[in-house]
Amino acid sequence: MTMNRRQFLQAGTAVLSAVPFARSFAAIAAPADQIVVATGQTINSLDLHRTGTNRPSYQIAINCYDRLVTFGTKTLENGDVSFDYSKIEPELAESWTISDDGLAITFKLKPDAVFWDGRKVTAADVKWSFDRAVTVGGFPTTQMRAGGFSRPDQFEAIDAETFLVKLDKPSKLSLPDLAVPVPFVINSEVAKANATAEDPWATEYLHTTPAGSGAYKVARWDSGQQIVFERFDGWVGGPLPKVKRIIQREVPSPATRRALIERGDVQISFDIPDKDAAELASKMTVHSTPIANTIHVVGLNFNFEPFQDANVRKAIAYAIPYEEIFKSAAYGRGAPLWGATEPIEDTVWPRKSPYFTDLDKARELMAASGFANGFEVPLSISTDLATWMEPTALLIQEAVGKIGIKTEIEKIPGANWRTAVLVEKKLPFHLENFGGWLDTPDYYYFWAYLKGNLFNSSNYHNDEVAKLTEETLPMAQDDPQYLPKIKRMFEIAFEDLPRIPLYQPALNVAVNGSGGYEFWFHRQLDLRSLGATEA
Amino acid sequence: MNGRGAAISLRIAQAIPVVIGVIVISFLLTRALPGDPAVQFAGAAATPESIEQVRQSLGLDKPLPEQFIIYVGQLLQGDLGQSVSTGRPVIQELAARLPASLELTLVALILSCAIAIPLGILAATRPGSWVDQLCRLLVTAGVSLPTFFTGLVLIYVFYYLLGIAPSPLGRLDFIYLDPPHVTGFFLIDSLLDGDPATFMGALRQLILPAATLALFTLAPIARMTRTAMLSALGADYIRTARAAGLNRGKILYGYAFRNALLPVVTTLGMVFSFVLGANVLVEKVFAWPGIGSYAVEALVVSDYAAVQGFVLAMALLFVVLNLVIDLAYSIIDPRFGADAK
Repeated sequence: MTMNRRQFLQAGTAVLSAVPFARSFAAIAAPADQIVVATGQTINSLDLHRTGTNRPSYQIAINCYDRLVTFGTKTLENGDVSFDYSKIEPELAESWTISDDGLAITFKLKPDAVFWDGRKVTAADVKWSFDRAVTVGGFPTTQMRAGGFSRPDQFEAIDAETFLVKLDKPSKLSLPDLAVPVPFVINSEVAKANATAEDPWATEYLHTTPAGSGAYKVARWDSGQQIVFERFDGWVGGPLPKVKRIIQREVPSPATRRALIERGDVQISFDIPDKDAAELASKMTVHSTPIANTIHVVGLNFNFEPFQDANVRKAIAYAIPYEEIFKSAAYGRGAPLWGATEPIEDTVWPRKSPYFTDLDKARELMAASGFANGFEVPLSISTDLATWMEPTALLIQEAVGKIGIKTEIEKIPGANWRTAVLVEKKLPFHLENFGGWLDTPDYYYFWAYLKGNLFNSSNYHNDEVAKLTEETLPMAQDDPQYLPKIKRMFEIAFEDLPRIPLYQPALNVAVNGSGGYEFWFHRQLDLRSLGATEA
Repeated sequence: MNGRGAAISLRIAQAIPVVIGVIVISFLLTRALPGDPAVQFAGAAATPESIEQVRQSLGLDKPLPEQFIIYVGQLLQGDLGQSVSTGRPVIQELAARLPASLELTLVALILSCAIAIPLGILAATRPGSWVDQLCRLLVTAGVSLPTFFTGLVLIYVFYYLLGIAPSPLGRLDFIYLDPPHVTGFFLIDSLLDGDPATFMGALRQLILPAATLALFTLAPIARMTRTAMLSALGADYIRTARAAGLNRGKILYGYAFRNALLPVVTTLGMVFSFVLGANVLVEKVFAWPGIGSYAVEALVVSDYAAVQGFVLAMALLFVVLNLVIDLAYSIIDPRFGADAK
C-alpha cells in the first residue's frame, strides 16, 4: 500500500519537475529584423482570384504582388496613419496618362521592375493578369467590373513597358479600382508554364505557389498554422521594407492572442476585439482606425408591412439607444454616427444621421403611425458576428419594447447568414455591416440602396436614389454636379431610412515592439510599412 | 491464434456496411445543412451571376444523385475531394491534422491514466480515506471545469504570470523546423530524426494542452477504476484468494486489478473517441492545428468535401479503435479469445 503511494508521489514529482525547464529559448525568439504577428484569421489560398479564397488571403495579393498603382497615405486626427483615397501613387507603373475623353489610360511600367525570378515585368504580364481577373468569374470579376473592366479586349500591351486600358465610358472609379488588391500582376511566364488545358489560368499552381514581383516572398506556408514572409530585395514598388522576415501565426483564441502580445512574444496582434483594444490601450500602442466606408446599421425590410410605414421607421430610429450601443458593443472604438445637427453641406462619408435617442418623440411617431398598438417582429443577428450584434440587439430589443414593438432575437448560424440576409433578403428586422473598398458614398449607395444589389438587405427602392447613384458613380468628385446630387441622396436615405446607421466600426491592432502600422481599406495587414522598432 | 485472426477478419467485414452507411449519410447530411456554399465562396461583393458562376465551378448545379456518383467515384480512387475553404485536397489536410490531434489526445490520455488509475486503485482500497476524498475532488473538478477554461487558466498561470511555459502557439515554436514527416507525431518523428532539441520543443508545447485535456478525462477513468476495483475487491474469488493466504500485491494486481481492467479499457475507448472530437476548444485556445477545429470551420462555411472527409476518417478510426479494444479484451481476459464475435 505504502509502496503505491510512494510510487504515485514519485511519478507526480517527476511530472511537476518537467514543467519549469520549459522556455529557455525566449531570448532568441525575436531578433530585430524579424516580426511575429498573431492573427485570428486563417489564410486559405495564396491566389486571390481562385474560387473560395477568403478575405484574410487578400494579404498575399497585397504583400507578395504589385499593382500598377496604389493609394498614398495620410495621418489621421488620432495620429494613426491611413491610406489616402484621394492620392493615387505609382507601384509598378512609373507614370500614366488619361486621354482627354477619359476612355483610355496609358501606363508606363517602371523599367527596373523585376519578378522574384529576376525576369523583367512587362506589359504582357499585366495584360495576362488583368485578363485573368476579368475571366475567372466570382469575386475578382465583380470587383473589376466596378471599375469598368469587364473584357480582355479592353487591355492591350503596346510594347514591353507600355500598357493601355480602354474604357467603355469614363469613370472616376477606374483608376482607384486598379489600386485594390484584385488587379495584381502575376509572372505570366511562370504561370503559363504551370497551366493545364482544364486550368488555363494556373489557379491550382498559384494557389500554393505565388509568382510575383512584390515586396515579400512566401518562404513557407503551413495551412491553418502560419505563413512566413521573406523580403524580396529587388522590389521597386516602393521604399524597401525594413523588416527581413515576418512570421504570421494563426491563433484562434483572442484570449491567447492577448496573453501573447502582453508578454511581448508577438509584436503585432492583428484585428483584436474592441474589448481587448479598450483594455490594452493603456499598456501598449493600440491603433483603432474607423474602417473606411463601413457602417454598422439596423436594416428595416420594406417587404415587412409595418416597415413600409415611414413613421414606424422613424420611431425606431428615435428609440435606438445609440450611446449605450457604442459603449457596450464597440467599447467606444470607432466613430459615432448619430445626432447630426448641421445641415448636409459636404460629401463626407460615412456621416452622422440626424437621429438621436428620444423616446417621447419615438412614442409620438408610433402613435401617428398605422401601428399605434405595436406589432411583433423577430430581430435577426448572425452568430459569427455576435461580438457586436448580440449586445446591440439586446439594447435595441429593450428600447423598441418601450414603444410597443415586441421582438425576439433570432440567431442565425454563420453559414446561413449571408444566404438569408443578403441573397434571399428575407429578414424583416436585422443588423448589417457592409463596407465598400472604393471610398465614395455613391459606391456605398450602389451596393446598399439599389434594388437587387447584394447588400440592399432591406429590399429598398427609390427611383430618384437609383438615378442619382447611377449618375454619380462615374462622376468625378470635383464635378460641380457631384455635391448637390450626393446631398440629395443623403437626404432621401435619411428620410426613407431603410438602413439606420449606428456607428462606424474600428479595426483594432495592438502593437508591442514594432512600428509603422498603416490602416488600409482592405482591412488586412500591409507588411511593407512595418518597422522592427517603434517609430 | 487462428481463432483470433478469424475474429479480426470478421470484425473488419462487419465494418464495411457501417462505412457505406457513413458515406451515404454524411453525403446527405452535408447537403441538408443550412447555408449555401456558393454564396459563402462568392466573396464580399457578389452579384447573382457571380454566385451562379461559383455554384457551377463547385459542381453544385448538378442533381444530387449525379453529385453522389461523382463523389463515390472519387472515393473509390482514394480521392476525398478538394476542400474549398482551405483549397487543398481533403486527404492531405487530414493527414496533416489527424496526427496533431492524435498526438495531443494520446499524450493526454497517457498522462490521465498515469494519474487516474493509481488514484482510483488507492481510493478503492481505502474508501473514505483522504485519498478517496482527493479522488472525488479531482473528479468533480475535472468534470465541472470546461476545457477552454482550464486551458486559459493554465496559460494565465504558467505562461502569462510565471513565464515558465512556452508561448501557446501550436505544435512547435517558430524557432524550430518541423521534423521530417514519418508518422506525423512530432515527438516520434523528432526522435527518429535524432533531434533531441526539437523533441523537447514539441514536448514543451504539448504539456499545457495535454494537461488541460488530461484533467478533463481524469474523471471518467478514475471513477471507473474506483468502481470496478471496489466490485472486484468485493468478489468471491478475492475472498478465496485472501483465505488461501496469497499476498496483498498478488491479490490486488494479479486478480482484482486484472478483472477491473475490462470496464476501464471500455471507458478508455469511449473517452478517447469522445475527446478526439471534443477537443476543439483546447485546439482553439492553444492554436493547435488539429482535426476538430478543421471540421468545425469546414462546417461553418458548408465546405462539403471537408466535412464528409472528416466524418469518414472518424468512422474508420472508430472501427479500428473498436477492434483494438476487442483485442485488448482478449489479452486481458483469456475467456474472450476465440469466440469474440
